[in-house]
Amino acid sequence: MSEPVTNLTAFAAPAELRRAPVVECSGGLGVLTDKLSAFAEGKTPRWWWILFLPAAFCATVVLPFCLFYQVFTGVGVWGNNHPVMWGLDIVSFIWWVGVAHAGTLISALLFLTRQHWRTTIGRMAEAMTVFSVMMAGLYPAIHVGRAWFDWFMFPIPNSNGLWPQFRSPLMWDVFAVNTYMVVSMLFWFMGMIPDFAVLRDRATTRVRKIIFSLLAMGWTGSARHWHNYEKAYVVLSGLCTLLVFTVSSIVGLDFCTSQLAGWHATIFPLYFVIGAVFCGFGMVLVLLIPLRKWCHLEEIITMSHIDKVAKLTLVSGLMIAYIYAMEFFIAWYSGDPYENWVFGHRLFGHTYWIFGWMLIGINVCVTQLLWFKKVRANLKALFIIGLLINIGMLTERFVIVVGSLYQDFLPANWGKYIPTIWDIGLYLGTLGAFFMMYLLFVKFLPMIAISEVKGATPLGDPHHPLGGATTDQGGRP
Amino acid sequence: MSEKVYGLIAEFDSPAAILHAAEKVRDAGYRRWDTFTPFPIHGMEKVMNLGHSLAGWFSLALGGGAFLSVVGLIWFTNTFDYPLIVGGKPMFSPPMTFVPSYIMLIMGGAVGALVGMLALNQLPRLHHPLFKKPRFVLASRDKFFLLIGARDEKFCETETRQLLESIGGAHIEIVEDED
Repeated sequence: MSEPVTNLTAFAAPAELRRAPVVECSGGLGVLTDKLSAFAEGKTPRWWWILFLPAAFCATVVLPFCLFYQVFTGVGVWGNNHPVMWGLDIVSFIWWVGVAHAGTLISALLFLTRQHWRTTIGRMAEAMTVFSVMMAGLYPAIHVGRAWFDWFMFPIPNSNGLWPQFRSPLMWDVFAVNTYMVVSMLFWFMGMIPDFAVLRDRATTRVRKIIFSLLAMGWTGSARHWHNYEKAYVVLSGLCTLLVFTVSSIVGLDFCTSQLAGWHATIFPLYFVIGAVFCGFGMVLVLLIPLRKWCHLEEIITMSHIDKVAKLTLVSGLMIAYIYAMEFFIAWYSGDPYENWVFGHRLFGHTYWIFGWMLIGINVCVTQLLWFKKVRANLKALFIIGLLINIGMLTERFVIVVGSLYQDFLPANWGKYIPTIWDIGLYLGTLGAFFMMYLLFVKFLPMIAISEVKGATPLGDPHHPLGGATTDQGGRP
Repeated sequence: MSEKVYGLIAEFDSPAAILHAAEKVRDAGYRRWDTFTPFPIHGMEKVMNLGHSLAGWFSLALGGGAFLSVVGLIWFTNTFDYPLIVGGKPMFSPPMTFVPSYIMLIMGGAVGALVGMLALNQLPRLHHPLFKKPRFVLASRDKFFLLIGARDEKFCETETRQLLESIGGAHIEIVEDED
């Protein structure tokens, strides 16, 4: 019945084959735990307040003010008007959905592909996903104009006897965005259960103890718990990976199922997915670099991890560049005069040409800097590139949405779109709400997957000499 | 309130130590025992003979259920309750239902995975006899615990204690449970 004893003899690999561990942990697992939970338990530093107060102001004053004014008055307060019926609200919606995608990609897809370096940044990326999907979901809900009829979008039996039109991509969007929000929250929460237990066991005050005990739900770290947990985690990762490719595809379908020149292209679903991931990596860089420094996580999130994020940014940036080239090529190759017109006017039109060039300048040219190791090792440069990518992607969505709408098939229909203060205020408000929630997350919740990181260290590996395995040099030269 | 013995707990220092200890406890013929570690130990599921986790089946059941219910909902609404002609296409065709039902499959599957994990682990629970042990807080930090349950047929306070001592367990203590 009993199996042979598991062989825990570690063969010392030749020096050239040894890999640097994901996380160095010289002081032992206990010290590592202290380091990882230090920020959630320590005194709130001043930089946190300096960032939190303006963000909280935007979230609790600017955002509700813009929302209420718009809901009570009507969508007319925005710059949206014929022919540009989709303005900054839809632009921001796509942008926020995009920001979310890199988080899921890092936490789910890189988990499935066994990229252990993701353990250090996974949780922060997931939090980014959760909060940005919330912000994204807000826009369509108020864009409909009569927000109190939002429930029409859901398939609920009602006294009007109405059901939604299930063939419409806009309807699919309702499903996709809501599912994305729920699933990414579940994934985020489940990943945190063992870490809530860590914070529960470390709690010094009664309030903390009660809160984290409730959140940890009685987690003991039993082998049976871990066994089921790991299985569920793999399943959730698989499902989240599907969402990475689904949600933005469906947003892309909103556009490409229309007949409008500049939108009606089969590349759109893929285009939106890649754009989303690219934009999200920009946001990861923006969030990660300062937090790493201010929360003293340099030893955990090493330069090698940042380098890998930068490389992924470059890869997605190259794909975006390819898709831009394809869009222009197909517009020319199709011979469709309207397509030709729209794409010609992206760069040489009279109103929004600057955005077309910005898009190429930032998303295509600036990204190429990441080829250089010097740039990837320079945190300031990476931070600025991350910011620029976010601006670039906001521009891209503006070019796609407004650029195709403002000059349609009949010159008599042509118009312009200028965002009003309410458009911009709403965007600022969602930015504030995002950063406020993110800062609260960083302060109060385990922002690094404590148990995952410990498991990824040599000390946590039973087959590694540091994890207690006996070394065997015999039989090797 | 009477206190009864829940089991004997021992403490180990490294992942390899707990894995070796687990093997020896298994080989000694114990059945009701468990290990408590700050992170999953690679190979422990084999030593403990845990087999496959059923969490995936929960996910499949809920995901599949959600998929089929959405297909059913669309079929019912578009064919009977609210026939809607779109582009002269048939009232119902399987491909048109794919996207919403596939999305709900993901939703159902995710909920199923989490609910399945919690159900199989018998969580949430507010109390566990081990939480009364002051040293057990280290189970989420850097110590690795092995518990042999008192309900095990082979459990005998002295012999089990000797076994735990012989395999290198430190801080061997009796865990009590309120009746």
